[in-house]
Amino acid sequence: MRGVNIFANPQAKWLGVALIAIALIGLPFALASVGTAWVRIANLAILFVFLSLGLNIVVGFAGLLDLGYIAFYAVGAYVYALLASPHFNLHLPFWVILPIGALVACLFGVLLGAPTLKLRGDYLAIVTLGFGEIVRIFLNNLSQPVNITNGPQGISRIDPFRFGAFSFSQSESVLGLVFSGPIKYYYLLLLLLLLAIVVNLRLQHSRIGRAWEAVREDEIAARAMGINTTGIKLLAFAMGASFGGMAGGMFAAIQGFISPESFVLVESVMVLSMVVLGGMGNIWGVVLGAVLLSFVPELLRYTVEPLQKALFGRSIIEPEVIRMLLFGLALVLMMLYRPAGLLPSAVRKRELTKAATE
Amino acid sequence: MDIFLQQIINGLTLGSVYAVVALGYTMVYGIIQLINFAHGEVVMIGAMVAFSVITALAGTALPPVLIVFAGILAAVPVCMLLGYAMERIAYRPLRGAPRLAPLITAIGISIILQHMALLVWSRNPLAFPQIIPLASFEVGGAIITGVQIAIILTSVVMMGGLTLLVYRTKLGIAMRATSQNPQVAGLMGIDIDRIIAFTFIVGAALGAVAGVMVGTYYGIAHYSMGSLLGLKAFSAAVLGGIGNLAGAMLGGILLGIVEALAAGYIGDLTNNVFGSNYQDVFAFLVLIAVLVFRPSGLLGERVGDRA
Repeated sequence: MRGVNIFANPQAKWLGVALIAIALIGLPFALASVGTAWVRIANLAILFVFLSLGLNIVVGFAGLLDLGYIAFYAVGAYVYALLASPHFNLHLPFWVILPIGALVACLFGVLLGAPTLKLRGDYLAIVTLGFGEIVRIFLNNLSQPVNITNGPQGISRIDPFRFGAFSFSQSESVLGLVFSGPIKYYYLLLLLLLLAIVVNLRLQHSRIGRAWEAVREDEIAARAMGINTTGIKLLAFAMGASFGGMAGGMFAAIQGFISPESFVLVESVMVLSMVVLGGMGNIWGVVLGAVLLSFVPELLRYTVEPLQKALFGRSIIEPEVIRMLLFGLALVLMMLYRPAGLLPSAVRKRELTKAATE
Repeated sequence: MDIFLQQIINGLTLGSVYAVVALGYTMVYGIIQLINFAHGEVVMIGAMVAFSVITALAGTALPPVLIVFAGILAAVPVCMLLGYAMERIAYRPLRGAPRLAPLITAIGISIILQHMALLVWSRNPLAFPQIIPLASFEVGGAIITGVQIAIILTSVVMMGGLTLLVYRTKLGIAMRATSQNPQVAGLMGIDIDRIIAFTFIVGAALGAVAGVMVGTYYGIAHYSMGSLLGLKAFSAAVLGGIGNLAGAMLGGILLGIVEALAAGYIGDLTNNVFGSNYQDVFAFLVLIAVLVFRPSGLLGERVGDRA
């Protein structure tokens, strides 16, 4: 938690934390009063925070540009879909599948990383980009000769999360409060997210985290200090991938339907924009970036669209396009004017600004 | 072996397009060691502009060759401007920055260009009007169309022109000097900023022509056509040895042929388990194999050839 001591007074700090906690607990009900769609958006935002945290391990901590990150998300999602849907008639419980998904994604991470991590940064970016495309092409085509992925149609009727009779997809009312499916998911996701953030915070200042930082700053010096650079980079890849796999499993369960369409290159770029906007290497920055880039486009969707209709009588710029233009602009403008992100990590800031003025 | 010959012809056509696009990557990489991720989008914009011009002129009485030529004439300056703007806005300010920074802006630029194109030309694939008569010739059991011949010839002319530019003109000398050592080149009185901008512009012009070629070959232009094409061309550049002009040409043509042969034979070889829908995978497999086993590429050792 170093670097976020906004409140010098520890009591004030705890007060702040308590306020944020209350806001987060109350949020889904406030959103539900506007529309259930907003709760779903909040859930997707949490998934994106999850993904961004995973990518941050690779890009932020270890300094490796991974442009095929969404492939791990896809792997996790498909593992979940295959093990919990009528497609193979398997219905394993989610607490069994999520770790399997993370593990399989991790395996893919190692598979990709092992031959390529020796490469220089920009080559790595291209290879990972290619890897993302390969995974998508396979998902699209592995419906023959044995139907594994069901091709472009995707897999539907995926099981929701379930604890015995308690299903996360049904509404329930407790003490007069209506807990709709998305709201229940919200709390579960929030819990998992907190766990992920704690893991990330612990990781960052651990021996491994410091080794990543060393490799990122100066690989040769790091090797001279006795760090197994290839091993440590591979670890970053594997860890990042397992976060992606976890998030993918949750995505499959919440949506109930997945297809290769959801895992295109643009999605990788989106997650990257979130990491870059918030601040590569800073966990709270990344969280902020992911939340901002999840909500702002949706807000725009609900404001710009009616505004255009009112002004011109029709929608000239689709919200989806605005969203992507926003992501692109975020990437370019951040790199040009604030390369270390909105909430820069201390080390990263020093590195990026010093190098830029050299 | 008419299938074999046919796939070679198809591969040669596609390969010469890859080669021309790959030249754009390799020139920029050779001079400032940057992968210009947005180069594929430049190619796409070239195809789009040409589409607009060709469609507008398709109804007139002009001969088809002239119409296509007009398309190229319109696409080239637009793309040159784009290449210049890109360099000025997104890359020049980051020249001293860590390598990650310009890569990230390049991705941003590429996303922006794609969606700008979507806004201007709609998200649907645009079909080029069929103005070129589908003349075809039979060569030893295989068929080669007029469009294919035109593409191969145009590519050869452009590659030749670029080689002359780089090795026979003062500008080319300046480019090679800058790529070898920018500081020293600057001391010799070369305006490095201008040379780098010029490299981007030449690359973009080649990309524009390549865009028109792909568009007329497949008969279709689409706002997202640039990324896959760009990736393949980049793979071609790496295969040949990035930074090396002859390498990019060789790599492009090799990749085109490998892809065409693989697409033609994969079904037979794997007992139809894998079909030609895996065609797009081969470029990446080639890329990964080259990077792992011979990162300098086929012709990568002749560093002096960088331009």
